[in-house]
Amino acid sequence: MSARDEILGRVRTALQDAPDSPPPAWTYGAGAAVADVPALFAERVEDYRATVQRVGAGQVADAVTEALGSAGTVVVPDGLPSEWLPDGLETVVDDGSLGAGDLDRIDAVVTGSAVGIAVTGTIVLDHGPGQGRRALSLVPDLHVCVVREADLVADVPEAVARLQSSIDAGRPLTWISGPSATSDIELQRVEGVHGPRTLRVLLVSEGP
Amino acid sequence: MSGTFVGMPAFPDAAREALADSQQRRNLHHATHTIRDKRARVVGEVGNWEELRVAGAEIKDRVLTHLDTYLEQLEESLTRAGATVHWARDAEEANRIVVELVRATGADEVVKVKSMATQEIELNDALEAAGIDAWETDLAELIVQLGHDLPSHILVPAIHRNRAEIREIFLREMGQVGTPAPDGLTSEPRELAEAARRHLREKFLRSRVAISGANFAVADSGTLVVVESEGNGRMCLTLPETLISVVGIEKVVPTLADLEVMLQLLPRSSTGERMNPYTSMWTGVTPGDGPQDVHVVLLDNGRTEALADELGRQALRCIRCSACLNVCPVYERVGGHSYGSVYPGPIGAVLNPLIRGTSTPVDKSLPYASSLCGACFDACPVRIQIPDLLVRLRTRVVDEKRGGIPSGEEIAMKGTAWMFAEAKRWERAQKGSELAGRALRRRDGLGRLPGPLSAWTDARDAPAPPEETFRSWWRRERGTDERA
Ligand code: SF4
Repeated sequence: MSARDEILGRVRTALQDAPDSPPPAWTYGAGAAVADVPALFAERVEDYRATVQRVGAGQVADAVTEALGSAGTVVVPDGLPSEWLPDGLETVVDDGSLGAGDLDRIDAVVTGSAVGIAVTGTIVLDHGPGQGRRALSLVPDLHVCVVREADLVADVPEAVARLQSSIDAGRPLTWISGPSATSDIELQRVEGVHGPRTLRVLLVSEGP
Repeated sequence: MSGTFVGMPAFPDAAREALADSQQRRNLHHATHTIRDKRARVVGEVGNWEELRVAGAEIKDRVLTHLDTYLEQLEESLTRAGATVHWARDAEEANRIVVELVRATGADEVVKVKSMATQEIELNDALEAAGIDAWETDLAELIVQLGHDLPSHILVPAIHRNRAEIREIFLREMGQVGTPAPDGLTSEPRELAEAARRHLREKFLRSRVAISGANFAVADSGTLVVVESEGNGRMCLTLPETLISVVGIEKVVPTLADLEVMLQLLPRSSTGERMNPYTSMWTGVTPGDGPQDVHVVLLDNGRTEALADELGRQALRCIRCSACLNVCPVYERVGGHSYGSVYPGPIGAVLNPLIRGTSTPVDKSLPYASSLCGACFDACPVRIQIPDLLVRLRTRVVDEKRGGIPSGEEIAMKGTAWMFAEAKRWERAQKGSELAGRALRRRDGLGRLPGPLSAWTDARDAPAPPEETFRSWWRRERGTDERA
């Protein structure tokens, strides 16, 4: 008998006399009551020692310049809105040909995002247009991430509901809550182990 | 390269040794109390925590009572998404599958994301025997691996090492297996983390094969989920060409929506954060992004044994958050190694005998590694009735030795099972032994206990009871502590 059939057989035998468990009584996708979602999002992201700057729709490029600081080489994904990039900024546009070693020699990456979660201070990338494949926002040491206020939700259930379509499309998801961190040495939190050690979030309002 | 738990002494012997190690006790005390406080704070923020716990338990119960259906659905979804599904009856079969898959790629090394399942099957030993280097990439696992040591906590496996010890291990070992630790390395956690970053980066950039576990597997989409902090998980899940994930069959959840419950319960219970730094989700193969050769090994290895146990089944709800460890007065005193398994603490005391059976001395003694104070149930995000399960397993340990005239030990155990079954009785008996402890305290151990316990102490040389029982200590310690 194949391992598959044997395991499934064992499961069925084990469950022979098991009483049925009903589906959970939980209400899925419920909204949470948060008065000021953008303010809470900014506060919670900063709790992780990432920086958040709130900017108007017309100020993104300036804010990107500032967030990039002294970064010499910058990679951007295909599909990033051109108005987010400062004029004259030299960037490498990812065409899928950069290997991990190439990305390791790049200082910074600028991406968009799919969803922001206020209560947990989380940004979710679904790696669609403007967000790039996963390696792009992982290997460079500085991640400048643009989040639109329209993409913010209050809490995790609404976020999961919004992300269903990305999963249906077969896209991977990366949930990011602050920069990479460890507490493995005497539980002292250290930011920055393997992922980007610096995360700068630009929160863009609808208005100018 | 990694150590093994085979041949571990039974719990009382290992615990006695660990109790004598005061450095470990200090580390553990600091660690468990720090995480416990953080957890209480972030759990307190959630207005509907109890509803979430109930939902977590219900989701898992639903999956477990229809596990065959959900496993078939998961297999179908994964296959549709371009992954190859393998089934492993036991550790040996899982290891053989993984070794063959790695060999087929021609690689002689793999990078690994921390995974309880691969520790459980002792995959690193199997890879080593096949001439394949397995690099642990989680900082704590790296510390454990470089220190030729065993993990002692689900979440912070190196909780028993302090910064000075870690520095020594890095200086001594890193250079032997790759980028050495920098000269002048101090024991500052920031510098130690930086040394780990440099040491591991070359391995991430060149490795062609990664091995992971999964925290959850979504049946209707085939999506796997890895919850982590450092980014080593993202590195392993993204950069290599081949990804092999070893997933226990109890990790299934029906739909993506169920993750809204699990992703609220797990980080808050585990690290005491609102959300962990990184969670990765992937669905088979994504063209042009990440590994293009994706394998999933579905592992039984005794889980169906636990599933067959009407009461024990609920232990399979466990999402490995380690909250029960951090609140356990026994764990805090004896540490993880005493449990002789990768699953220590209260959940280990029930899970190990359930999935491995109760035939070895360590598995026989594990159901007794608890004072049944109930703190583990209160902390558990999926409401596993750990104290009830322990009592039930104690009875099983005794019942299994049927045939012939019962030994004095068996009778004493029956008596103990009866005593443990009722909190009041246990408290009374402990109170008795607390007083005895004051009167009879000797250096190394207590002689005969009175009454039915005498046969037990004859056989076991019970350690002298502390002057305060766990229960009275717990009450005193937790006078102001919330039970949340
Ligand atoms: S038994 Fe509960 S508290 Fe303990 S690790 Fe498992 S889920 Fe967490």
